[in-house]
Amino acid sequence: MFQRDRLNSELSFFQKIKEMDYTLLICIIILSIISLLVMYSTDGGEILYHTKSHFSKLVVFFPMMILIAFFNIRHWHTFAYLFYFLVMLLLLYVSFFGLKASGSQRWMDLYLFVLQPSELMKIAIILCLAKYYHRIKIENVNSLTSIIFVLSIITIPTIFVISQPDLGTSVLIVLSGLIVLWLGGVRVKYFVYSLITFLISLPFIISFLKPYQKLRILTFLDPDRDPLGAGYQIIQSKIAIGSGGLDGKGFLKGTQSYLDFLPEKHTDFIFTLFSEEFGFIGSVGLLILYTVIIFRIIRIGALSRSNFSKLFCFSFAFSIFIYIVVNLSMVLGLLPIVGSPLPIMSYGGSSMLATMIGFGIVLSAKINHKQTIA
Amino acid sequence: MIKENLSIRKSDVINRRMFIIGAAKIVIFAGIVARLFSLQINENKKYLTLSDKNRIREWKLPPTRGNIVDYFGNIIAGNLKVYQLHIIPEQVENFNYLLVRLKNLLNLSEKKIQKIVKLKNKLKPWDSIIVSENLSWSQFLKVNNYLYDLVGVKPVMTISRNYPFSEMYTHVLGYVSQPNEEEILENDIVKERFVPGMKIGKLGLEKTLENQLIGTNAIQRYEVNAYGKRINQLEYQKGLQGSKIRLTVDTEVQKLSAELLSSKAGSISVMDIYTGDIIAMYSSPSYNPNLFLFGISQDEWQLIRNNPLKPLINKTLSGLYSPGSTIKPIVALSALENKIINPNFKVKCTGKTELYGQTFHCWKEKGHGFVSLKNAMKQSCDTYFYEIARLLGVDRLNVTAKKFGLGEKVLGDYFDNEKRGLFPNTNWKKNNLGKGWVLGETLITGIGQGYTQTTPLQLCLMTAQIANGGYKIKPKIIVNDDPLSLEQAKNSMELQSLQKSNTRLFNDPKNIRIVQEAMFSSTNEQFGTSYRSRIDDPKYQFAGKTGTAQVKRISKRERELDLKLEQIPYKDRDHALYVAYGPYKNPRYALSIIVEHGGSGSKAAAPMAKELFKLIIDRDELRDKQSNFENINI
Repeated sequence: MFQRDRLNSELSFFQKIKEMDYTLLICIIILSIISLLVMYSTDGGEILYHTKSHFSKLVVFFPMMILIAFFNIRHWHTFAYLFYFLVMLLLLYVSFFGLKASGSQRWMDLYLFVLQPSELMKIAIILCLAKYYHRIKIENVNSLTSIIFVLSIITIPTIFVISQPDLGTSVLIVLSGLIVLWLGGVRVKYFVYSLITFLISLPFIISFLKPYQKLRILTFLDPDRDPLGAGYQIIQSKIAIGSGGLDGKGFLKGTQSYLDFLPEKHTDFIFTLFSEEFGFIGSVGLLILYTVIIFRIIRIGALSRSNFSKLFCFSFAFSIFIYIVVNLSMVLGLLPIVGSPLPIMSYGGSSMLATMIGFGIVLSAKINHKQTIA
Repeated sequence: MIKENLSIRKSDVINRRMFIIGAAKIVIFAGIVARLFSLQINENKKYLTLSDKNRIREWKLPPTRGNIVDYFGNIIAGNLKVYQLHIIPEQVENFNYLLVRLKNLLNLSEKKIQKIVKLKNKLKPWDSIIVSENLSWSQFLKVNNYLYDLVGVKPVMTISRNYPFSEMYTHVLGYVSQPNEEEILENDIVKERFVPGMKIGKLGLEKTLENQLIGTNAIQRYEVNAYGKRINQLEYQKGLQGSKIRLTVDTEVQKLSAELLSSKAGSISVMDIYTGDIIAMYSSPSYNPNLFLFGISQDEWQLIRNNPLKPLINKTLSGLYSPGSTIKPIVALSALENKIINPNFKVKCTGKTELYGQTFHCWKEKGHGFVSLKNAMKQSCDTYFYEIARLLGVDRLNVTAKKFGLGEKVLGDYFDNEKRGLFPNTNWKKNNLGKGWVLGETLITGIGQGYTQTTPLQLCLMTAQIANGGYKIKPKIIVNDDPLSLEQAKNSMELQSLQKSNTRLFNDPKNIRIVQEAMFSSTNEQFGTSYRSRIDDPKYQFAGKTGTAQVKRISKRERELDLKLEQIPYKDRDHALYVAYGPYKNPRYALSIIVEHGGSGSKAAAPMAKELFKLIIDRDELRDKQSNFENINI
């Protein structure tokens, strides 16, 4: 008992510094530097708006991540439901008073930057469900009430995000939630049944999609049907990546991006520019960097004593993995175009904020890996 | 402890399930790497090409047309540097201010300004607007002086067609101008090479030889961005100038022809009787083809169009005239060849002859008395030719005339405005007019009136073929790759005279000689119709036949009045014609002259021949030296 008390007591500042996962931290720093360089390239080799803005966000969010890391993971457990609830409120707020841009309403102006609450929901849902599965008795995991409860936790924000409309983020929210369900021990057959149901009802779901979303799916199936319209993005993206070759065209020499052929090069298509300039070698290198980050997070989860930390780390690791897979599959023409940023690399404050919060919690889990949570 | 156990059980579940998706993760990442590999390594070449296609765009520049030179290598259609003024709208700070400045600097009209504004709204902002296609040097200097104030203005130096002899060759060369849509679509080569500002041949040889003259585009390769804006130039590929075309014409002779016909309507053609080379071909009046290069002004166009002397008509090729008495050598030859008459055949001319109650007048009211063939030709006695035409019949005459090239195009496809003319026969009349031939028509056909219509070049060819001893020649205006030398031409004619080929136009060479002698006497013996225009020096001595083609039937009253030329209204005056060849002893050149409404051939046309032969024969030696042209540098 004594030992546990000691473990549960707060660590000193130096102990925290000692327990910090430096490998993960360095990987995050490297990723940030790469993202800055690529942003510099999207600005045409000058320090312009996007580079400055991306840099200032890193300057704010990176210390924030460190700060979160020094908080005890216990507090995140305590406030997980509240955090989910607050983000839910923000979602509610933007669906009525949010900023509109290009046909969707998903932002709120915070003067310093424009917040997209749906991005935060990707983290909030993991926190919330991790806490739920941490607390619930294992026998009750597959009870009807439990299933209904967790499904509503996932469904309610998803409905709001879909109605913004934002298909990409809502898919990522659902997937993040499902991962926690999977790790929490929901029966495999439920997953199998729902997958089968989903596949069967897919044509039905598609009929409910907005025309532009249907168009994206059609375009994905055959990008050449409208090469200058709907298929333009994916064709140009493939050209950029394909023309990069083994070692790329060189930093600041990507003609596709430099000459404005690449759409959305700051945000969802940032990998395209990176891949054009740094080629296959650079792309695989970036993937390795991400892989190291993901495995580092999984390792932290495995080290953690509390199931809350485990659940959060594993789920977060797989969320990041899914973000990457969805984004890369999209730019490589393997999936239809759904808006989904590449973590840290893509320009955009909310996505970075959410990712940095996640990294912060993971680092906190590492520092407090011996912590148990009642 | 129970709680602890539960917690451990739960973490077992978590770890196990983590492992399952961990495996899935590796598979998926491997899939993405595989996709990257296929795009970047396997299909790299394909995408690299696509990327270049994206970023590199070609700009074609107008090709430089080939030069057209005369026989001596003088450029008669060349290219000139011109100064142009372009505006690049996206670089302009204040468009209205710029327009006001330019308007004052260059004296642009209000219309022009409106045109520029219209163009600006139509074009993309980086496409240049051509403000002026042809700035004078002083304008160009002015613009350059104020360039600091004219942001977005670009003075450009480019190449444009130029005709150094201005109107001298218009009817031969035609001119170039901007093509309309139809003209672009008609010609595949033009379609392929067309760029705004390019000009194509609209008329004459410029049009016919378009595909040889056009040249290939110079190509500028630029890197462009996704919106098509030029970022930087990557490459400049020079175009090839169009082929050089060498004509058979002699600018000096052409010049003299133009001088002789100045302020008159008419035509002069000169031809080499052996090689068929056209030495000169001038239709008067002419007009300046340089006016059309940058769009002719309405005023200038009206001036040309409304000129009563009709400068737009190429009289040499598309002017149709009654040959008048210039047909008489053919009538005489036909009668001799068909053995209707012999050289001693005589007719008594009383000034008129009657046929079925109709009177046919000789030009000489008093009559010529008894005339032989030679005298009839010399004095151009109409009664004699009425008689032999009557004996010969129009159908036999038609055969001879056709042989000598009447009623057929002379230069074939080179000029699309060339006319065939007409030499009638009985069938023609039946088929085309639905009436039977009347003998009276044969009579007037015999003196070159009636249905007969000939172009001046046909008359020239006819004369040349009489002069060379009766051999068919192929007239040409372009020096081909393998030109016939004089010796070769003569040899082949000698060969033909031995065998009966269709290029031999006679049965008995004696008959041709009789006609030649008659033409000689017409010019060189007293009472000959062109005796006053003769040259006694055998070096220049020529033989010819005058002609006076009636434009209007002469009424009885007019015949009695015997009006002076000046007293007759211009439109009603006779056309003056003259055909000739020389030097008589060793003939080389033939010519035909027509002066519209010039009065009599002997007064208006024959004197020109005298001037022409002097020059042509003086230049004969020079011309022979030039035949091996390619060895001479110009």
